[in-house]
Amino acid sequence: MEIKKTSLNKLHQSNNAKFVEFAGYEMPIQYSKGIIEEHKFTRSHSGIFDVSHMGQLFIYGDEGLTEELEKIFPLDLKNLKQNCSKYSFLMNEDAGIYDDLIITKIEEGYLIILNAACKDKDFEILSNLLGNKFKMNLDNNRSLIAIQGPKSVEILNSIINGVDQLNFMTGNWFDSDNKKLFVTRSGYTGEDGFEISISNENAEKFVENLIEKGAQLIGLGARDTLRLEAGLCLYGHELDINKTPVEANLKWAISKSRLSNGDFIGSKKIMNQMNNGASKIRVGIKPEGRLIAREKTKIFDDADKQIGEITSGTFGPSVNGPIAMGYINKEYSKVDTKILLEVREKKHPAIVCRLPFYKKSYVKGVN
Amino acid sequence: MSEVKFSKEHEWITVEGDVATVGITKHATEMLGDIVFAELPEKGSNVDKDGTAGVVESTKAASDVYTPVSGEVVDTNQAIVDDPAKINEDPEGSAWFFKLKLKDSSEMDSLMNKEEYDKFAKENAS
Repeated sequence: MEIKKTSLNKLHQSNNAKFVEFAGYEMPIQYSKGIIEEHKFTRSHSGIFDVSHMGQLFIYGDEGLTEELEKIFPLDLKNLKQNCSKYSFLMNEDAGIYDDLIITKIEEGYLIILNAACKDKDFEILSNLLGNKFKMNLDNNRSLIAIQGPKSVEILNSIINGVDQLNFMTGNWFDSDNKKLFVTRSGYTGEDGFEISISNENAEKFVENLIEKGAQLIGLGARDTLRLEAGLCLYGHELDINKTPVEANLKWAISKSRLSNGDFIGSKKIMNQMNNGASKIRVGIKPEGRLIAREKTKIFDDADKQIGEITSGTFGPSVNGPIAMGYINKEYSKVDTKILLEVREKKHPAIVCRLPFYKKSYVKGVN
Repeated sequence: MSEVKFSKEHEWITVEGDVATVGITKHATEMLGDIVFAELPEKGSNVDKDGTAGVVESTKAASDVYTPVSGEVVDTNQAIVDDPAKINEDPEGSAWFFKLKLKDSSEMDSLMNKEEYDKFAKENAS
């Protein structure tokens, strides 16, 4: 299959991107400054991320659609206000996660942002579940640009006036230069920031404009270190079809009122795990010293019993040390529990720690 | 000091008397990206030509460091373990990895000179 390119591919090239294949797309892993500088620039200034490989699924409908979607997602969609977003999951009957996603109520229905590697399958699953009753469009004509970091609000507002009035996890349509953009205040870095859905033909000029105002392009490498410091899950690593939202320690994303009714896919398993506890759970892990424990590193107790596995591990540039997340048997999941990580056939000390590694600064009370 | 020689695994080596100093090349650090972890062989241990003699990790991945010649490790550079970013800053100078007492100086003959290595690195750059 031919590798797909986003509408910013040429711009990445002219900014000396190093490319990798990710979910069938040629994506920039880093630019000339490297992952650590890109990471730090995002935390101190403003980073631009091309996330156009992600799926933008528009589903059109009214109350009937809301009712159908409540059978799928563990969300109180009836009480979700227009232009408000929620983090959620597409699950199977065993509450195994097909994908994690952001769903936003828009005037015409819903906009769902899906992971690149999952989007086509998600579309199929949702089409089947909704029985072709609603118009669905996995829109390939729109790019998705994230801008993240403390200077982002000022930079973006100078181009799209009014975005500074958005609260965290809300969005709206904006007109800029006579172009229709959907902007949400959200992100994946632990920083204040926005995601902008824009038609492909306008994306390059828009990003060039952001760069002119002082933001810089950031690759997927720094996107990964930023999200890991912020304690956020990455599908295919912390989340997959064999893990549930309760095990992933994402109970907060499940609506309490919906749980009491128990009428969404996977609700039985979730209710059971909520009441009886899950046998394994996602935790933060801090290796001692400078040791980096990568994905699939085995976790042991001091009696040499395997008690878990790392799902993501790297060096955190802002915390200036190694960080990891993984799944561990429940009895070892308490903060400060001493554990051992097997790296290159040797066992190294580490502790279970609180997430995130890096404190967020989301904007909540603008208006 | 001898001329600098290079291996296909992107190590450089110089020899003074019967002691060789080994590090990784600038080209290697550019391929790896930001180095955030380094592990060195133990002093007093014996390493064999082309065997692993350390590890470097970037933000992206871990890579083995190989020794281009055999010998006994007589010194290691603790400064790069304490601050691995030094490897990106001065890979072919102060950020050497380890020193070896050479077992067989003829092993040096199979290594590349600078011109040969530069050509090799250019051809093998992804």
